[in-house]
Amino acid sequence: MLYRESGQFKTSYPADQAIFPIVQDRWGLIAVLVVAYGVVPFLIDDYWSNAVLLPFLCYAMAALGLNILVGYCGQISLGTGGFMAVGAYAAYKIMTTFPNLDFIPVVLAAGLITAAVGVLFGLPSLRIKGFYLAVATLAAQFFLVWVFNKFGWFYNYNATGQITAPPASVFGTLVTGAHTHPAVTYLFCLSFVALFALVAKNLVRNRVGRSWMAIRDMDIAAEIIGVRPLTTKLSAFAVSSFYVGMAGALYFAVWLGSAEPTEAFGIDQSFLVLFMIIIGGLGSILGSFLGAAFMVLMPILLKNVMVDSLGMAAVTAKHVEILLMGVLIIFFLIVEPHGLARLWQIMKEKLRLWPFPY
Amino acid sequence: MSQDLMFLTETVISGLMAGVMYSLVALGFVLIFKASGVFNFAQGVMCLFAALTLVGLMETFDLPGWVAVILTVAVMAGVAWIIEWAVLRHLVNQDPIILFMATIGLAYVLEGVGDLVWGSDVKVLNLGIPQGAWDWGLDNLNLYVEKLEIVAAVTAGLLVAVLAIFFQKTRVGRALRAVADDHQAALSVGISLRSIWVIVWTVAGIVALVAGVMWGSKSGVQFSLSLIALKALPVLILGGFTSVPGAIIGGLIIGVGEKLAEVYVGPFVGGAIENWFAYMLALAFLLFRPQGLFGEKIIERV
Repeated sequence: MLYRESGQFKTSYPADQAIFPIVQDRWGLIAVLVVAYGVVPFLIDDYWSNAVLLPFLCYAMAALGLNILVGYCGQISLGTGGFMAVGAYAAYKIMTTFPNLDFIPVVLAAGLITAAVGVLFGLPSLRIKGFYLAVATLAAQFFLVWVFNKFGWFYNYNATGQITAPPASVFGTLVTGAHTHPAVTYLFCLSFVALFALVAKNLVRNRVGRSWMAIRDMDIAAEIIGVRPLTTKLSAFAVSSFYVGMAGALYFAVWLGSAEPTEAFGIDQSFLVLFMIIIGGLGSILGSFLGAAFMVLMPILLKNVMVDSLGMAAVTAKHVEILLMGVLIIFFLIVEPHGLARLWQIMKEKLRLWPFPY
Repeated sequence: MSQDLMFLTETVISGLMAGVMYSLVALGFVLIFKASGVFNFAQGVMCLFAALTLVGLMETFDLPGWVAVILTVAVMAGVAWIIEWAVLRHLVNQDPIILFMATIGLAYVLEGVGDLVWGSDVKVLNLGIPQGAWDWGLDNLNLYVEKLEIVAAVTAGLLVAVLAIFFQKTRVGRALRAVADDHQAALSVGISLRSIWVIVWTVAGIVALVAGVMWGSKSGVQFSLSLIALKALPVLILGGFTSVPGAIIGGLIIGVGEKLAEVYVGPFVGGAIENWFAYMLALAFLLFRPQGLFGEKIIERV
């Protein structure tokens, strides 16, 4: 009853091509944004910011990037952790070389550098497909992490081998370093993610996005109808790495503050982000957010229930957590292989008839 | 032989031996990929799980080695059955990537169960496999080769021979090959896909047990055992996902290449290149042969 599109007529082409053609969707999104911008910043504290909201936003950005590559262009990549490392180290080098630079260009530049690296490692995709490509992208993962561990130039030859984000500000307000306000970092990441989610949404519904999907569905057929595999695949790698690189920069500089390559950007990161887009929904912008929320919130929830409510020992709880994550992942894949985004769609279809199903 | 040549030989041999160990893990991948088209990421954790179960049985119930081995094989068969019943059955006809993700989930589950049941500290596995250097080789040829590695190589050879006979001569083996060739055609001549999957996962479990025993004897049974799966992946893409000989030869190439690179290239770039060199080698190789060394030629139709 509430979600019904009857009577919503489009009288112009722009109205027909709107991102959210149904008025309820539009209001829903506006409501979410009003809460995110108008309510959350007043309630936020350090715990919520560092444990829930910042990880969610950083991972949502990474998931957006990976979804463009895997979900829209069909090129499986297991190198996300490595590309996030590129973004983080690029941001670190830029921040330490130009200490007074505003943080926004830093993040954008980190994204661009990662995009270049991504194109380089995307080159084999022109020749290799499917799981062979997936394993080949692991080369990027291990190689990049090794490079950041091995060559002192990347971490300015400091003794620990760690990188620590120096204070940087946006329009005069600190967003990185030790003396930040949780609301400020949250709003900064939120704006970044919201803006680039909009960009991604528009990218995938124009010519570029359609050519990605053509390659995904069948690359030979796409080639025959005139989609260039070279530019299409490499543009997907470039755009995807751009997002992942920015996610890496935010992840390192704003959320973690300091990072060590093997731990923060290991292969587990790659799998985590891949899980997000598969559980959220391949080929769905909304799915990237849902998946990121699920994978960030679920471990916290499990831990709270098991350690605080059931009084399990921390070690046992950790094992049970791993076990339950595995079970949940398999459960979700069996129940809805197309992810949470598809569940949402089914729910909307049900809502359309509610409360009078035929 | 001169000193340098001697050193080269020793490097190559130790590379070959390491390669055999990789092949053992890769073999399990290939078996499952051939029979069900599932890229089984959980193979490494299956090695860990099998080795953990074996050690756990031996320690907790004080069983002799061979009884524990038989029991572990039974456990792995049970695991295979549960996997088919709980996971694979429900995911027939899904995209390969969905199945791949499901096996990563499976890896988490097995890891969690293994840790919960047997604890997560490092365990020593002692099945009576000889340790230390191979004396005869050290005395007569002046070569340093670990006994364990020779045992591993012989075991791998035996395993491949047994598997080859199993696949070529037995009824079940022929059914397995039929399923590998064409699921639908196999179904239509009355082969039960489900029982085939249980069998192939059991066989992969046994291969995982062998690999787990070898690696466990070498470096103790611990979580890092599951990471050797990552080492087996370049072996796989080099040899081709669908070829048993490919897994063996790919493993040898990777093992030797990795050791040679570590010894002769490593010092110039700061060392520790073992982690990624195998991948780069396999990647470079794939650019010339996208289906791997012995993989089936990829034919695509519109």
